[in-house]
Amino acid sequence: MTATKSAAAVFLVVMMSDTVALVNNDLAVDLNRAFPELVRQMQDGIYSGVRRLVPSSADAEDITQETFVRVYRALSDYPADRIRELNLSGWVWTIALNLSRNAARTRSRRPRTVELDRDAFFAGPGPEAEAITADQNRQWSRRLGGLPAAQRDAVVLRHVVGLPYADIAVATGRAEGTVKADVHRGIAKLREELS
Amino acid sequence: MTVEDQLAGLTTGAPSTVLPQVLLETGVADGFVSLEGPTGNMFVSFNSRGLSSLTLGTDATEFQDRFEPQFGRPVFPVTALPSRLGRSLEKTLRTNRLGNLPIDWSGMSEFQQAVLRKTAEILPGEVRPYSWVAKEIGKPKAVRAVGTALARNPVPIVVPCHRVVRNDGHLGNYYYGTDVKRAVLEAEGMNVGDLVERAGRGIKLVGSDTTHIFCHPTCRDARRTTERHLVEFRSEEQAYGAGYRPCLHCRPAA
Repeated sequence: MTATKSAAAVFLVVMMSDTVALVNNDLAVDLNRAFPELVRQMQDGIYSGVRRLVPSSADAEDITQETFVRVYRALSDYPADRIRELNLSGWVWTIALNLSRNAARTRSRRPRTVELDRDAFFAGPGPEAEAITADQNRQWSRRLGGLPAAQRDAVVLRHVVGLPYADIAVATGRAEGTVKADVHRGIAKLREELS
Repeated sequence: MTVEDQLAGLTTGAPSTVLPQVLLETGVADGFVSLEGPTGNMFVSFNSRGLSSLTLGTDATEFQDRFEPQFGRPVFPVTALPSRLGRSLEKTLRTNRLGNLPIDWSGMSEFQQAVLRKTAEILPGEVRPYSWVAKEIGKPKAVRAVGTALARNPVPIVVPCHRVVRNDGHLGNYYYGTDVKRAVLEAEGMNVGDLVERAGRGIKLVGSDTTHIFCHPTCRDARRTTERHLVEFRSEEQAYGAGYRPCLHCRPAA
């Protein structure tokens, strides 16, 4: 390998890790200032994924909210160095997965201390209502529900959310190789069912 | 269409309520409601520390747009105040006294806090000059700074900055204009006409020739003095010179 080529490769790696670390660093420097941006960046992914792991969109909305509330509380207790080293999406998903599993069991809605004026935010049906029909939701709920939990989580995180395997490994607490195998087996079963 | 493509197509946007609800629950943003106040509609914002702002007006969007640059965090509409805070605010608005209403003092300097807490001690139906507030907080020379601190009062009405008037007895400035200051004072039972008339004649203090005590004209003790026994003074020096002593309730400074 030429020197130029390897230097370019190193540069690329540094660039990539810098982009990721930027959010972590912002959170470590000033949590209150950076936190809204973290929610903006991750909320669609968390909601889309959780929606496939719990029975209703109301549950998914609650869990998405609760996930970020817990993320905030944990981050406000963490020292700056620990925040800088976090695999953010993997770690946030650990929390979201735990809450999703609990919700699938208990299905109790959380009481809120302050209720947002929803009229100020809703005009007509939500984005989900337009994009995915109730029928499609039911079908996917049944198909994914038929998979073992580990395969279902891994498939959803990989293909609905689009998470890299390394992040899924952090989120599920399993080895990257195991996660790959779970996704592979899960997809194979779904393909069989759809054919 | 492959299974993978179908799964990727299940991505949806999170409901628009998620972000504000999370920011409210974590205290990264404040919530606000719209209420009927002494001069019409007003917006009241709050967080876990207490009431953070009170704004007279009718345009919610304008209120929201101005809040973030001023306080450094967003504010979102909520259906109601948290119940304890709501009850506490209701009592404050009914009695015109701050009482135990929690206020978010966190963004204020110690000086501004001292000014506002002292101002909250002025009873409804009474007024005090800026110099009185300055003297009471132990900064008798900081009269101008007291004016600035009151002008930046984030919670008018509940912390009654409208009860602080010019040292010559005239109503003086108010964020919402002198007419609103007059209306708020009249709404809590004050005879503003008398106040302005007396100020026009250069009268800053009044006394009783039976007790030989002098007061601010709106002190509840001064208001009990009958017309026949009421003596008017243009300054503290004049009152002392006549052999009068200051009232222990209103501790006059003019």
